[in-house]
Amino acid sequence: MAVIRKKEKKEIGQISTTSLPDIVFMILFFFMVSTSMKETELVVQFKAPEATEIQKLENKSLVSYIYVGPPVASLQAKFGQAPKLQLNNTFSDPEQIGQFVASERDNLNEADRNKMTVCIKADKETRMGIITDVKQELRKAEAYKVSYAANRAAGNYRY
Amino acid sequence: MARKTPEINASSMADIAFLLLIFFLVATTMDIDSGLNRVLPPWSDKPQDAPDIKERNLMFVHVNKYDQIAVQGEVIDITQLKDRAKEFVLNRADDKNMPEKETKKIDLIGEYPVSKGVISLQNDRATSYEMYIKVQNELTRAFNEIRDELSKAHFGRNFAELEKHQQDAIIDAVPLKISEAEPQNIK
Repeated sequence: MAVIRKKEKKEIGQISTTSLPDIVFMILFFFMVSTSMKETELVVQFKAPEATEIQKLENKSLVSYIYVGPPVASLQAKFGQAPKLQLNNTFSDPEQIGQFVASERDNLNEADRNKMTVCIKADKETRMGIITDVKQELRKAEAYKVSYAANRAAGNYRY
Repeated sequence: MARKTPEINASSMADIAFLLLIFFLVATTMDIDSGLNRVLPPWSDKPQDAPDIKERNLMFVHVNKYDQIAVQGEVIDITQLKDRAKEFVLNRADDKNMPEKETKKIDLIGEYPVSKGVISLQNDRATSYEMYIKVQNELTRAFNEIRDELSKAHFGRNFAELEKHQQDAIIDAVPLKISEAEPQNIK
């Protein structure tokens, strides 16, 4: 015996938006906790090489960055396409690395100064000449701990 | 009678929260930096005396400006590099031309023949950075595989899953010995 229900035209009530602020605040807090502020504006572009044996850089406050790569498209008319070095927010010469390392080291606690790491973020098309210059200057500046930035290899290219 | 407080209109709360959310989305980054960690040798102005390392303990790896790799003067493909490096460091057959071993007593492991082999890496100024990282990666992988084998034999787990003091013991037994020669142009 089938009961045949008469189709009623139900009116859809308005969706309650009272919990919307809570949801958005939740997303907001997630982003506040899991991200960090952008500190430098890149004036060079780089595509990091790929590697399989990479390690994470643990303490971000102890890391200073040196970027190497061709200038970004908007600055290429002015500076050309040859790879350049970026310290802080501007193009620099390798000779300025000593000064850069000294000022970065001054920003750290005395206890942490020997743990400072320099992360070299270089474009994979760069030639080793400029990287070697950077490394020599870092040795002069007594910043011995370096990390060559690399992305985890996408495919499993284990030989 | 207590006065009724008028209810605050909270309908703009969502807008405010969205505004803050968008600000944080734009102004922050989430990328985790990762890379190959290395320690550079100290700088010295004086031309250094060649360090006192026997020839059998050295493996020369050259990368030229055409991104070709030579090990001990013999041109090889990058796919062979890891195995060559492993073979060199381990020297399982105790070959006279391969590195010496020094038996050391290491905590948790006991006596272990620590290889004295050093891999000397030299590149040209025109070598591409990508190739340099590839070579460094392969050499690191050689050492990582040796460490994994040793930690599996002693602790039954991979190196990365060990406790800190166990890792230190393995590092003592298999030190990462990659030395980078002073830069010069090679052919």
